Amino acid sequence: MDAIVQYFVDAWNALPPLLQYLTVVTTKILVVTVGVILCVAFSTYFERKVIGHMQGRIGPNRVGPLGLGQPFADVIKLLIKEIVVPTASNRFLFVIAPLLTLIPALATWAVMPLHPGFTIADINAGLLYVLALTSMGVYGVILAGWATNSKYAFLGAMRSAAQIVAYEIAMGFALVGVLMAGGSLNLGDIVAKQAGGFSQWFLLPLFPLFIVYWISGVAETNRAPFDVAEGESEIVAGFHVEYSGVAFALFFLAEYANMVLISGLTAIFFLGGWASPFEGWTFLDGTFLAFLAAPNFLWLFAKIAFFMYSFFWFRATFPRYRYDQIMRLGWKVFIPVTIVWIAVEGVLAWLKIGPWAA
Amino acid sequence: MLFQSILFYVFSAVLLGAALGVVFARNMVHSVMFLVLTFFQSAMLWLLIEAEFLAIVLVLVYVGAVMVLFLFVIMMLEVNVEAVKRSLVRYAPLAAVISIIMAVQLVQLIWVRGAEAGASFAFAPTPEGYDNTKALGAVLYKEHVYAFEIAAVILLLAIVAAITLTMRRRPGLKVQDISKQVSVRAKDRIRVVKMDSEKRS
Repeated sequence: MDAIVQYFVDAWNALPPLLQYLTVVTTKILVVTVGVILCVAFSTYFERKVIGHMQGRIGPNRVGPLGLGQPFADVIKLLIKEIVVPTASNRFLFVIAPLLTLIPALATWAVMPLHPGFTIADINAGLLYVLALTSMGVYGVILAGWATNSKYAFLGAMRSAAQIVAYEIAMGFALVGVLMAGGSLNLGDIVAKQAGGFSQWFLLPLFPLFIVYWISGVAETNRAPFDVAEGESEIVAGFHVEYSGVAFALFFLAEYANMVLISGLTAIFFLGGWASPFEGWTFLDGTFLAFLAAPNFLWLFAKIAFFMYSFFWFRATFPRYRYDQIMRLGWKVFIPVTIVWIAVEGVLAWLKIGPWAA
Repeated sequence: MLFQSILFYVFSAVLLGAALGVVFARNMVHSVMFLVLTFFQSAMLWLLIEAEFLAIVLVLVYVGAVMVLFLFVIMMLEVNVEAVKRSLVRYAPLAAVISIIMAVQLVQLIWVRGAEAGASFAFAPTPEGYDNTKALGAVLYKEHVYAFEIAAVILLLAIVAAITLTMRRRPGLKVQDISKQVSVRAKDRIRVVKMDSEKRS
């Protein structure tokens, strides 16, 4: 037995360092990407179950035990459907647009601190990287709407572009507040700064920014109640009205990947990421509950699951916003709130209160 | 070392190709997408010299915000591409003069000034633990703080001016006052009248 283990260790050590490095990084990327895609698949199931129960229905329950096979049935159905490319569309952009939404949504996971010491790319300007990549997802939506060459799709793209640009500013300002409290652009450092239990999280000192960031996140992902870009009752399905089969599935995948991403980012910036809320509860030591106080990936997962649940909760609860009110909320409410709170943070830092107590 | 050179030439080649694409694409939306690619490739070149802050800010500001608005405007316009192409030929001599001046300036800056400053052309990795963002912040907020603040005030002025120039209130335009709508109470809208019930005649 030992000899077999030793064989593998030796074989690994015999590899050139570059190859070892490439293997490790590729494995990390695969683990994260497959994890995100599985999360996406099961969050569609989760969404239908949650909304079903909120509306007094059962939700999917036919495929597999408890309907758990439903996401895979959906994927197979979408894969074997025909892709229709409209005749007057711009073929190249029409095909490439779903990819342009999906790639930034997956690439942002590279800098996410998922577990103490586990990040694919631990870069110093991680927060800026997140901002830059999330702002690129809008290209896919605009190009899809334009390349389709349909008025409905074009209207959806226009709405979505104006909305995303508006809410991005509020999001960026909220992140300036996080940056001031965290004192670093590195996401791992921001999480580490929030270690030490619930009271150390940025949730309390940055509460208005948390609200602004979370609502802007819902608006950025074009989810209800901000889903005017799809607006079934007015413009059919907005920018992806002509997409079918796999191309539609890619848009769907990107939307849900973005939702998981926004949930994860909100958890990292305001709820301490993988930090445990019970850190410092020393009376748990030695009992079977000791794992509760340890920082762990499961805490991040629990926080993401909570935010995903609230996405679905909003969708089942709120009616769709009117378009001019969306713009008013973004420009006239959120941006002033964030600017005022950044000034308040300056005063708090000057008085050395909260995260600035050294 | 060799790997870095290969990356540099690949990125530069794509950058130049995309820049040519901006000028020669037949479709305006394609031109904008080529311009996005150009910005992206220059960000890549900056990443190669480990200027990650500048690279990411370039992507964030130009690709994420400015070009989205460009795309927005260009998609709304019905541009006559043939007319634009004709003006391309007409203005070509002027454009050539401007690009030659720019090229001369760049050459002067890179070769002559670079030689004076004793800068090497080789790729030099930054020392361990060096934070590009922090260094840039220290320069902007300590050494050049006044120039930085004045630039910020000028930009703010430009924003205020742009808004005041474009905001017009048409008289008689019907708009909703949201704060009034939100603060409305039931007693402002309905009046409950107490009446004795009338006798059946």
